[in-house]
Amino acid sequence: MKHVILGNGPTGVVAAENIRKQRPHDEIVVVGDEHERPYSRMAIPYLLEGKIAESGTLLRHDRNHWTERRIGLVEARAVSVDTDARRVTLSNGEVLPYDRLLLATGSKPVRPPIPGMSLPEVVSCWTLEDARAILERLRPGAKVLQMGAGFIGCIIMEAIANTVGKTGGSLTVVEMGDRMVPRMMTPKASALIRAWSEKAGVEVLTSTRVTAIEANVPRGGLLSPVYKAKNTKERVDVSFGDGSSRAFDFVICATGVAPAIDYLKGSGVEIGKLGGIVVDNRMRTTAPDVWAAGDCTESTDFSTGELMVNAIQPNAADQALVAGANMAGGDARTLGGLRMNVLETFGLVSTSYGQWWGAEGGDHVELVDEAAFHYIRLEFLGDRVIGATVVGRTHHIGALRGLIQTGARLGSQWKERLKADPNRFMDAYLTAALSLA
Amino acid sequence: MMNSLHIDASKCTGCLQCEMACSYENHGIFATSKSRIKVFEFHSTGRKVPYTCTQCAEAWCMHACPVGAIHEDKATGAKVVNETTCVGCKVCTIACPFGTINYVADTGKVQKCDLCGGNPACAEACPTGAITFVDASWTGLDRMRSWAEKLDTTVKTA
Ligand SMILES: Cc1cc2nc3c(=O)[nH]c(=O)nc-3n(C[C@H](O)[C@H](O)[C@H](O)COP(=O)(O)OP(=O)(O)OC[C@H]3O[C@@H](n4cnc5c(N)ncnc54)[C@H](O)[C@@H]3O)c2cc1C
Ligand code: SF4
Repeated sequence: MKHVILGNGPTGVVAAENIRKQRPHDEIVVVGDEHERPYSRMAIPYLLEGKIAESGTLLRHDRNHWTERRIGLVEARAVSVDTDARRVTLSNGEVLPYDRLLLATGSKPVRPPIPGMSLPEVVSCWTLEDARAILERLRPGAKVLQMGAGFIGCIIMEAIANTVGKTGGSLTVVEMGDRMVPRMMTPKASALIRAWSEKAGVEVLTSTRVTAIEANVPRGGLLSPVYKAKNTKERVDVSFGDGSSRAFDFVICATGVAPAIDYLKGSGVEIGKLGGIVVDNRMRTTAPDVWAAGDCTESTDFSTGELMVNAIQPNAADQALVAGANMAGGDARTLGGLRMNVLETFGLVSTSYGQWWGAEGGDHVELVDEAAFHYIRLEFLGDRVIGATVVGRTHHIGALRGLIQTGARLGSQWKERLKADPNRFMDAYLTAALSLA
Repeated sequence: MMNSLHIDASKCTGCLQCEMACSYENHGIFATSKSRIKVFEFHSTGRKVPYTCTQCAEAWCMHACPVGAIHEDKATGAKVVNETTCVGCKVCTIACPFGTINYVADTGKVQKCDLCGGNPACAEACPTGAITFVDASWTGLDRMRSWAEKLDTTVKTA
């Protein structure tokens, strides 16, 4: 039996390892199109910050990891999939036949359609290659503009600001939405993160749109290149929606990502309304013997039952385990993906889970201590916790996942106690979910 | 069969010897706030519940780690954090549905119970036998483990 896995990020790697555990004799080939050993995008912020070297981003650190497990790694781009003939055509002209195929190609950054986005001064922050491009441009004193203050934008903010901040440079963040991390944090929690980031020296502009980016051409004529280099400070002029414009050294575009699925055109694998590969609760696609997992899929939200693209690391791992088990001949099913995010901005840690924005007919408790930057909000539906947002606390945080995903019934007593003090969620969990107390 | 921690909350008097022993073993100081085992006190019932990682088979923390910083110790079955590899992203702390892997701001890394390499200091320190290190087949942690199955987003019927 030959398993072909397209994509060598966390999803592809976890699935391959899981298949190997259960099928010692099958052939496993993992295809990835980046010129790197399998690595984790999530480690990029720590690389930018200088906390780790490039090798610190590797998904597996032992060089023999792949040969020991007889997992073949192929560097090429999948350009098309023929699900009738069961083969994949690669960019190097090779054709890979498969018995079972996993699509784990993740997502790719999307840039807004505005003038100037293809200038070399505009970089994304998605791949190791992008990280190198950013590091190259992070010169002492650099003035940096970051487009997008979503989850990824906020995660890289600290690394950029700390690097340029030390040398008299600056970081400005523009966000179209009316607050930072709008798809992960309640308005109050966002406001805390914003105030904290501003204290750390970041300029934050919300409800602001970049409308054009232009190369700032040095005054020409007969001036020598040396003179020009010395006298051209910022390299791009950025226009904003209100008609104003400002100069920056370079722009980091973190305006969002979309499933990487171009190679599936004409394959018969169904793509959903949200742009992701449609999968069932066994991670099967609409084509026979083809599974999909991770960032490239759209799947059911555990909380709402609606479809979502849950492009986060824990979801990649969960879905990869399900897909891998099934490709190995098992029968694993998912109960749906849970939203969960943890973010650190300049030492302030924030987390959200599940239906953190609340449900119709539900109620909530919200506790804010603005001076201490502490915040917690729990959303209830009946006597169950269905979502949570927490800022400034990390201890036992995972128990919130436990409370939400077990659907544990608190009973009126513990619900009242939580409404009086939501920070007692761990006690509620031990009592209501684990019956330990 | 591998040994694992067996917790009998009814025997716990809340003396916190386990927390002291744990922090001393792992941080060289007696500081219950640094302990990987925590005794929860329920004033309404007077009950005290020592609580730590069950080394569950699902190992959400280990699978979610983006850089392979958590591995299973083949000898003890413990899921162990490699501090050198850990980048401090905290994804494991939100993935673990028991809340038993925690971020330590001082070090910028996470910590969890590693069974002290096979000789848990908490069990040794417990004067009442509320925490013992015994054959895994008869630990009372089964209840927590069965919750692990319920919590699992992946129902395995294979
Ligand atoms: C800077 C940054 C920080 C992040 N921080 C967090 C965080 O804190 N928490 C969190 O939960 N998530 C975070 N994420 C998101 C997380 O990294 C992704 O959810 C995760 O990488 C998804 O894994 P994946 O394997 O599905 O996709 P990917 O990691 O994207 O891997 C897919 C692989 O497939 C390759 N590929 C694509 N198309 C083809 C093709 N046609 N042929 C061959 N190969 C192909 C890609 O090049 C890539 O190597 C972060 C992402 C970034 C960029
Ligand atoms: S905090 Fe450390 S151990 Fe936990 S997931 Fe991140 S890198 Fe892995």
